[in-house]
Amino acid sequence: MRTEAQARHAWIVPIAAAAVLYALPAVLAPYSQDLVVKTAIYAVFALSLELLVGVTGLVSLGHAAFLGIGAYVTVLASGDAGGSVVGVAALAVGAAAAYAVFVGALSLRTRGVYFIMVTLAFAQMAYFVFHDTKLAGGSDGLFLYVKPSSGPLNLDDKRHLYYAVITTLVATYALLAVLMRSRFGHALAGIRVNEQRMRAAGFATFGYKLAAFVIAGALAGLAGFLLAVKDGAVNPELLSWHESGAVLLMLILGGIGSLRGAVIGAIAFTLLKELLQLDTLLGPLAAHWQLTLGFTIIGFVALLPQGLIGLRARFTRARHG
Amino acid sequence: MAERAHVHPPRSAAPPAAAEATALLRAVGLTRRFGGLTAVDGVSLDLHLGEVHAVIGTNGAGKSTLINMLSGELAASSGRIEFDGVDIGTWSQPRRARAGVGRSYQRTTIFPSFSVLENCRLSAQAAQQRAWAAWQSAQHCEFSLNAARAALDAAGLADHAARPAGLLSHGGQRQLEIAMCLATNPRVLLLDEPLAGMGAEETSRMLALLAELKRGHAVLLVEHDMDAVFRIADRITVMVNGAVIASDTPDRIRGNPSVQLAYLGEAH
Repeated sequence: MRTEAQARHAWIVPIAAAAVLYALPAVLAPYSQDLVVKTAIYAVFALSLELLVGVTGLVSLGHAAFLGIGAYVTVLASGDAGGSVVGVAALAVGAAAAYAVFVGALSLRTRGVYFIMVTLAFAQMAYFVFHDTKLAGGSDGLFLYVKPSSGPLNLDDKRHLYYAVITTLVATYALLAVLMRSRFGHALAGIRVNEQRMRAAGFATFGYKLAAFVIAGALAGLAGFLLAVKDGAVNPELLSWHESGAVLLMLILGGIGSLRGAVIGAIAFTLLKELLQLDTLLGPLAAHWQLTLGFTIIGFVALLPQGLIGLRARFTRARHG
Repeated sequence: MAERAHVHPPRSAAPPAAAEATALLRAVGLTRRFGGLTAVDGVSLDLHLGEVHAVIGTNGAGKSTLINMLSGELAASSGRIEFDGVDIGTWSQPRRARAGVGRSYQRTTIFPSFSVLENCRLSAQAAQQRAWAAWQSAQHCEFSLNAARAALDAAGLADHAARPAGLLSHGGQRQLEIAMCLATNPRVLLLDEPLAGMGAEETSRMLALLAELKRGHAVLLVEHDMDAVFRIADRITVMVNGAVIASDTPDRIRGNPSVQLAYLGEAH
């Protein structure tokens, strides 16, 4: 168990990181700023899955469905005239949450590998709805012509978008940190470790798991909103199982079981993907970045089974031992 | 070691005479079939406040299945379960647990990575879940902390509160199993082989704890250790192949020829 002092110290690094992120635009080139925004959006997405995988112990392989639905609803709700930031974001989050209620209510009746397969199936279902119907542009997807704005906040402005994304990341992190220390969060952790005992103690665990699933889906929808606004376009690949697998890999890379691990994993994954696609760095191999990315991840997992977050423990152990 | 058997004040202060007369938990004709196999066959038994009711029988006699049905982990194929006069047969396990039917497991079922205190605190939290109060820290939940500390005191684990539960000795984990059950403030304790794998010293400590606990609870004890059962039980039910062949006081069970033939004879 953490002591009070440790709990207070735990806030120092995230607050310092947030301060740096808020100060960064002053020194960043547009390309780097874009990369930070992309990474931060994926960090929100990874954090949302961490609530399921790391906290509650529910491994979902269909989490991209909620990202994609949030992104699509953002474009559809903006229409040709554009919409207000809060209004469009609320619709995106609401739609993702609604789909999460539906998927969660059905998939949470299964466990373990069956849960993985059922969440994958529901995500593929959503993928093919967008891919194979004329509902939203089919396989080509849609463009977001007018980005949402509210009063002085205009998300078409890169600087505004940057601050909106960083603020969302900070708020998501804070929300999950508060949830994890609450009775709700402790109950979710108990369900991860021993659901049978939680039921024997008197917890109706299904409701807890569904609540976690819907919160995670809603936050993924929020990440989808930001991604659609950043890219100015959406396509069905956002809901594909590749994307669900990628966010799971982020957690594995960073280290499952901590919010920091999710953020670090999102950073590591996005940077790796970016680096391995650089012609200047890898020459002809850059075209085969998926291959090099795969090998790199295998290497990481083999050397750091606890994820990047395990590095620190390894160093402190080496120092003491 | 166990100074307070009542972790919480009793919920309803029923007069002792009434508690003697009416059963707190009553099973009537409880049956469970798995396909063609009848694991539990028309079992009826009563649990009274202040009594230890032991259920004995060979492996596969249906004792654990019986506990699973009483606690709600397994639905009964037929039969009735009444708790405090209310039919709880259709209630889910969590609902029965919140109403006061607590259980322990034969295979230790704890949260190994959590501290001993958090194991009990989380169990106690079931009575006041307040899942929506997300801004309140669980570590500062006075209600569950108090219940957890009282349960640890009762089970003799107060000195180990800060240790990770998985690092406790086997006997310690068995005690924690009981403490987690106590932390939920149950009125009925369904204990599935609490003495399994325990040494002599740990066994006598656990028996002393059970003797304390029965004052405030109705206890169902499934146990293989016959010496322990005959020392602590007020009533013994003997099961063979899912059915009850005898239910009586320990002395009469000892002298019952069919029990000797079916069970004790086999064991000796």
